[in-house]
Amino acid sequence: MERNDGITLRRDPAAPARLALTLLIVVLVWPGFRLTEFDPGVLFDPRNRETMGKFLATFFPLALSADFLRLVFQSTLETLAIATAGMTIAMVIAIPLSLIVTRSLSVSRIGPGPGKWRGRLVRFPARLLLMLYRSIPEIVWALLFVRAVGLGPSAGVLAIGITYGGMLGKVYSEIFESGDTRPTYALLEAGSGRLATFAYGMFPVALPELVSYTVYRWECAVRASVIMGFVGAGGLGMQMELSMRMLNGSEVSTMLAVFLSLVMLADGVSALLRRVTA
Amino acid sequence: MRRSHWMVAGLLMFAVGGSFAYLGLEVGQLFSAEAGRQMWKYLISFFPPDLTTDYLVRIWHGTLETIAISAIGTLLAAILGLLLAIPAAGRLGLAFRVIARLVLNFLRSIPELVWAALMVFAAGLGPLAGTLALMWHTTGVIGRLFAETLENAPPEPAQGLVLSGARPVMAFLYGTMPEVVAQFVAYVLYRWEINIRMAAILGVVGAGGLGQMLYMSLSLFQQPQAMTVIIAMLSLVIIVDAASAWLRQRVAAK
Repeated sequence: MERNDGITLRRDPAAPARLALTLLIVVLVWPGFRLTEFDPGVLFDPRNRETMGKFLATFFPLALSADFLRLVFQSTLETLAIATAGMTIAMVIAIPLSLIVTRSLSVSRIGPGPGKWRGRLVRFPARLLLMLYRSIPEIVWALLFVRAVGLGPSAGVLAIGITYGGMLGKVYSEIFESGDTRPTYALLEAGSGRLATFAYGMFPVALPELVSYTVYRWECAVRASVIMGFVGAGGLGMQMELSMRMLNGSEVSTMLAVFLSLVMLADGVSALLRRVTA
Repeated sequence: MRRSHWMVAGLLMFAVGGSFAYLGLEVGQLFSAEAGRQMWKYLISFFPPDLTTDYLVRIWHGTLETIAISAIGTLLAAILGLLLAIPAAGRLGLAFRVIARLVLNFLRSIPELVWAALMVFAAGLGPLAGTLALMWHTTGVIGRLFAETLENAPPEPAQGLVLSGARPVMAFLYGTMPEVVAQFVAYVLYRWEINIRMAAILGVVGAGGLGQMLYMSLSLFQQPQAMTVIIAMLSLVIIVDAASAWLRQRVAAK
């Protein structure tokens, strides 16, 4: 653009650089489209569209027959029970392991003496175990347990127990370490045992945080137990998967609605519990 | 202890006991010697993992597929998310704002895995279903984050452009976008990291990538192959974690 005072105005001085960046991204991403077999045409393929259209058309109205609602209610209870039982097992795994892992509770650390190497030797595998438990996603654990103990809620309970045991164990020990450790050291140095030190020096300091994190994890466990149902680990997810297989849209949409309210409910309960105990 | 504490403790005991009873779980049976033996037999059938070149090549392909699913899903979600964020930030009036927020909430509240199960019906088994599933959920998340960023962006630059005669679209592109684009890129990268992890497991409902390989090998009782896939998944996650930590440090140091 030429102005009459002789100054040339380009529209956008940064345009060439931006264009180059966009082209670079396109070139980088291009093989990805091939790898993902990206072809939106599949969605509009007449046969697919017909199946999907029929499926979607059955989403409304919701399935509200008494029999089905009873089934949904039972699976919802089952989902909640899986989450709760799974969290119980997770805590049974996490509490002893976190006590082993926590370094502030180490007697040999406070001064020269025997047991330093023994302590490390015990602590390292415990740490490794916690890491292994939590780095494999819960749905993979669920797949494995479904094959080990059969279809049904016990696979879900075990999967949540193991994965969340790993997470809780790590976070518990972090909470223990991050709190005020002076009471712990005072007790340890005065010759108190490790468990007694934990009970009187560490636990009271850490309790509110422990509770709030555990309750938050329970909320996650409710969501996870629905999702694990898709690989056969019981509860609402398993029913949803069955209804999808039978292309019964109204049942799917009912269960989606129940799932969403369940998540909101768990959210509310967890907020309430945290307020009461804080 | 206060009375409310006793009540909470009682309720918790009731909930835990009730859960085990409702599921009919016999804790003793679950952890009995017989169950332990069977578990052990199952566990050792996973070793040694299958490390033949043929299978490793397939694993490599599955890993690339997983990364591609996450990258394309996130990219499409970024575009859709931006398109939905503009009305959700109230730029096109109240009615559009309410509608866009509803859509975003809906997309976000359905988990990736449920989306994947649905998309397998729409697009067939394979990576496309996974890509679309990630796209829908991530659009919901990113759209909301983008909308919040847009609402918090300082309005003065765009206003200045409009007042000096720029069209609203141009004012948005040259007045508002430069303020928010760094934040957008940060959100997209952050979601991509999460989506790589998600893409690795989405396959268990048939949506491609490493998850599908794991599901197949477990269904065919090929435990050594399954072990290889699990190792590949773990390494992928560890590498992504390390890379993102390294990048974050670099960016923060600047």
